[in-house]
Amino acid sequence: MSTNGASAPAPLGLLAELTHRCPLGCPYCSNPLALDPRSDELDAATWARVFREASALGVLQVHLSGGEPAARRDLPEIVKAARDANLYSNLITSAVGLTAEGLSKLADAGLDHVQISIQDSEPASADHIAGYKGASARKHALAAEVVRLGLPLTVNVVVHRANIARVEAMVEMALALGATRVEIAHVQYYGWALKNRAALMPSRAQVEEAVGIVERLRQAHRGRIVIDAVIPDYYARFPKPCVGGWGRRSLNVTPAGRVLPCHAAEVIPGLEFWNVRAHTLADIWRSSPAFEAFRGTDWMQEPCKSCALKEKDFGGCRCQAFLLAGDARAADPVCHLSPHHATVERLAGERADAAYAYRHS
Amino acid sequence: MEQAGPIAAGARPRLPRGVRLTHNEAQGGWLLLAPERVFKADAVTAEILKRCTGEATVEAIVDDLMKAFAGAPRERIESDVMKLLGGLAEKRLLELD
Repeated sequence: MSTNGASAPAPLGLLAELTHRCPLGCPYCSNPLALDPRSDELDAATWARVFREASALGVLQVHLSGGEPAARRDLPEIVKAARDANLYSNLITSAVGLTAEGLSKLADAGLDHVQISIQDSEPASADHIAGYKGASARKHALAAEVVRLGLPLTVNVVVHRANIARVEAMVEMALALGATRVEIAHVQYYGWALKNRAALMPSRAQVEEAVGIVERLRQAHRGRIVIDAVIPDYYARFPKPCVGGWGRRSLNVTPAGRVLPCHAAEVIPGLEFWNVRAHTLADIWRSSPAFEAFRGTDWMQEPCKSCALKEKDFGGCRCQAFLLAGDARAADPVCHLSPHHATVERLAGERADAAYAYRHS
Repeated sequence: MEQAGPIAAGARPRLPRGVRLTHNEAQGGWLLLAPERVFKADAVTAEILKRCTGEATVEAIVDDLMKAFAGAPRERIESDVMKLLGGLAEKRLLELD
């Protein structure tokens, strides 16, 4: 292949899915439809080894995610292991199931940053989306605790048809909670979100309005809060440079230890993933078949192969190419140059106010 | 964050909780880590940031850098420091108390 292992760039980030267990049922959850069972979860000592190997490989930041990472009782030990490995640790939490006391233990263990997901600025709607009564109040309470402890807070809001009209209110909510960063993340359609696509998909007009509002707020709040936006790619003309390019910047370890180039990669048939129980992270990064499969540009077909942007967007997302064009080597159909682009426009038009298929574990 | 005016010489800059300067061999040197952000820090930037402890004033930091980078004119160092600190403060990567 094009990079052949040793010349692979050093990764910057590791997404550590500590568990797939979660009390919430968000219909856009990025976890796979088939979740890793608790009995298969890596223990804290194995995570500690993975963190040391990651740091030696160049990883700087570890995102402790799930599922709900606080579902693990040994979370403080895992946070400490990240710190000991000289990694910057980011807790990605639903805030449900994490007490103030638990959070304080994580802060003492060296946690660097907390990201709390909030489903909407309207509490009743937020609880409905999460499929958990009282979730919104608990999230607000934990956010206050994060700020009280002096930890930086990011509020993550996943945006879709039910809440897109309140983008401005959600940024105001993040400011009021004391967040220094807010993610306005339009749903990406994989896993549970793909299953619920028709119920989640906003209209093009709604998306364009929301993007304009975010741009205005970004200027208005400059220096007060950082607003990061994940764009809704079904309405884009160019694909996103998914995970910064396959096997270039980040890796993802599942609760059971499989190492993936991105969290959705297991939808692509025929990829061979290696497990941290059997291989070092460096071996997996450099030599595992799944990481080599789409590294560089040699695997590309037209229109990507001769495209001037191929080193910028890497042909977009491999999972989306497989899911929407039926071929993981095809151009991401979000790209207007893809022969399947009309499919994306048609799918975006399939909107229906169906009941959510809540994620369940 | 008040970024309207110039940074006072008596301000005591420090990296807030959640912002860390680190060294990683595989990444080839010094880096400033923040929520969902990584900034490569060149040698001069790293020397400035190492001194942002919340104890030293901007003026003292410039004095100290004069010793570390002997021969560099004071105005040049001062302007580099102000530019760096102002930019970081605007991104909320630095506190100026």
